[in-house]
Amino acid sequence: MSAILLQGAGAGAATALSPFNSIDPSKLVVPSRSSLSVRSKRYVVAGSDSKSFGSSLIVRRSEPLIPNAVSAKADTAASSTSSKPGHELLLFEALQEGLEEEMDRDPHVCVMGEDVGHYGGSYKVTKGLADKFGDLRVLDTPICENAFTGMGIGAAMTGLRPVIEGMNMGFLLLAFNQISNNCGMLHYTSGGQFTIPVVIRGPGGVGRQLGAEHSQRLESYFQSIPGIQMVACSTPYNAKGLMKAAIRSENPVILFEHVLLYNLKETIPDEEYICNLEEAEMVRPGEHITILTYSRMRYHVMQAAKTLVNKGYDPEVIDIRSLKPFDLYTIGNSVKKTHRVLIVEECMRTGGIGASLTAAINENFHDYLDAPVMCLSSQDVPTPYAGTLEEWTVVQPAQIVTAVEQLCQ
Amino acid sequence: MALSRLSSRSNTFLKPAITALPSSIRRHVSTDSSPITIETAVPFTSHLCESPSRSVETSSEEILAFFRDMARMRRMEIAADSLYKAKLIRGFCHLYDGQEALAVGMEAAITRKDAIITSYRDHCTFIGRGGKLVDAFSELMGRKTGCSHGKGGSMHFYKKDASFYGGHGIVGAQIPLGCGLAFAQKYNKDEAVTFALYGDGAANQGQLFEALNISALWDLPAILVCENNHYGMGTATWRSAKSPAYFKRGDYVPGLKVDGMDALAVKQACKFAKEHALKNGPIILEMDTYRYHGHSMSDPGSTYRTRDEISGVRQVRDPIERVRKLLLSHDIATEKELKDMEKEIRKEVDDAVAQAKESPVPDASELFTNMYVKDCGVESFGADRKELKVTLP
Repeated sequence: MSAILLQGAGAGAATALSPFNSIDPSKLVVPSRSSLSVRSKRYVVAGSDSKSFGSSLIVRRSEPLIPNAVSAKADTAASSTSSKPGHELLLFEALQEGLEEEMDRDPHVCVMGEDVGHYGGSYKVTKGLADKFGDLRVLDTPICENAFTGMGIGAAMTGLRPVIEGMNMGFLLLAFNQISNNCGMLHYTSGGQFTIPVVIRGPGGVGRQLGAEHSQRLESYFQSIPGIQMVACSTPYNAKGLMKAAIRSENPVILFEHVLLYNLKETIPDEEYICNLEEAEMVRPGEHITILTYSRMRYHVMQAAKTLVNKGYDPEVIDIRSLKPFDLYTIGNSVKKTHRVLIVEECMRTGGIGASLTAAINENFHDYLDAPVMCLSSQDVPTPYAGTLEEWTVVQPAQIVTAVEQLCQ
Repeated sequence: MALSRLSSRSNTFLKPAITALPSSIRRHVSTDSSPITIETAVPFTSHLCESPSRSVETSSEEILAFFRDMARMRRMEIAADSLYKAKLIRGFCHLYDGQEALAVGMEAAITRKDAIITSYRDHCTFIGRGGKLVDAFSELMGRKTGCSHGKGGSMHFYKKDASFYGGHGIVGAQIPLGCGLAFAQKYNKDEAVTFALYGDGAANQGQLFEALNISALWDLPAILVCENNHYGMGTATWRSAKSPAYFKRGDYVPGLKVDGMDALAVKQACKFAKEHALKNGPIILEMDTYRYHGHSMSDPGSTYRTRDEISGVRQVRDPIERVRKLLLSHDIATEKELKDMEKEIRKEVDDAVAQAKESPVPDASELFTNMYVKDCGVESFGADRKELKVTLP
């Protein structure tokens, strides 16, 4: 049995697809459900068999995060200063809301993927959409990633705006040709005649013992493709915002979601908003060190940040969100302030997002660095099934703490 | 249709398509658009559907247009051959001569709202869709005035306003794209169809069958056209396909085998296919055709087939000769008129080549344009740039 990492305020709702752990929600109810301020997130961690693992790696029992460990973005429209109370939802619901709003707004938006229609989506992101919009706009495809990704791109050439779902990002490897050659390059090779306004989205990342082939991090494979944009969402707020922005963008956007983040709960504004696709998010301003991260690792970093704060450090945490192109403006300003950089990512060490980001920072901000850029990534191994081994492949908060201490000497 | 460059000599009597004929020997019958019915030489073979009739309705005007367009395409490809050997065209250059009947026959049966998508052997399809010769040659030589501004090359011709979607280097990948176009046509209720062309080599790609499954499942107006020129680069069909009856490989999807060297048969088949696709969903057309050149300019074309075979096909089945015989036998034009037409076309092509040769190459700044729409405000830099500049939109 693995340590179950559940994130969500008081809700122990099981993910739709969890073959290994059939979680009974009632067992995981956390007492204080109601105390939810606008931007705080409760962080519930339940570990079983914790003692059998290396003690330095395993997370502790439930302890809510300090609310102001996550800072509110001052400049985002109405994120924390809205006059309306906002509404609380889970990350997959936020994605669904974003998708539904865009489909309402523009009849050219359609969804295609495996089991997105009648089944409601394997992670419930497209639940209810088929009933509302019909089979022609929410299309259940057969299992042929290459073909339906190609079809989405062909439809986009005429002006439709398909949202193509890969049931798991790893399956999109079968569509790599379409994504690289047709999606990324057609705008260029046609001399600007065709735009490809597709959104390719799906969950990826290391989950809960899903096995090697279902735990892939495709952002490292796709990052070289010219002509596409890549974004990774991490909170319900930015999930909805990025989904909407991606659909509205004229460029092909790949939206990376994470299997373990779908049940995050947050209160998001009632009014419409989008997030800038090329912008990074300042999660926690600080002075001593810049920690760059994205997707699930954000939460590991924030957990480590708590420990670091207690130890007297002041880390600045930035969720880079935009994986291609990097928001070197925000990152650069941060580096110029703190002079130390730690990158925490879930990609593998070789050829991952962290590797590219390290190169970019070294190239551009070399003069501002007091220490070499350190990058914590997953191990260069296929993700093993055994829970203990799987824990060891990804970066854990304790390692982050150690790395910061090392960098800040 | 590309107009003759000698339109200054046109008479008001003649329709624009026939401007090249000198007025002194103009005949009234060559402007005739009254229907002629011609039987195709080879019958259609069908799979899961009825064959269309062998009698094709056409007119002298149309047959003359076939001749002119095919002659233009043929000359263009031969000119491209010499340009390649003169190293003005680099990289890969796949020539279509021998297969022209397919491009013109298809155009005669459809409208500009119907979409065509093909793979890299796209020069003639581009011309058929209304592309200009000078755009084609400029693109082949990598000039700024090319149809893709010099950034695509031989394999990436596109013409959006004529619903020509290219121009793709990876064979087979255009078939799902084509089915996507058909999906969009169905979504928008366009009443148009998509012709997705591929070759006998690409017919073995899995994505073809994936796309066919979806098209049949969702009743998309997609017509998959297999241009069977019997060789996938150097591999003959009997060496690459267990079942070389490509029109039958759709299994549950109807198919039709057509003599692809007969422009009229192609026209009939495409007309039939369009009607079928709008009502009943996808259909496969197998066009039995032949290419005289090798697979590309780097392939001599004679290591896997004999020269006798090539010249045999040229004598017996050449599409332009077939139309020429039709024109002569039906008294639509004389031998001399046709020769004059060909001379004018040759001049037209030479002029286009000359014009293209003088076009400028793209500026260095063009390297980074059209990466993203509105180019995102992000700029790329070469290795020697130290300054960083990022402007967020």
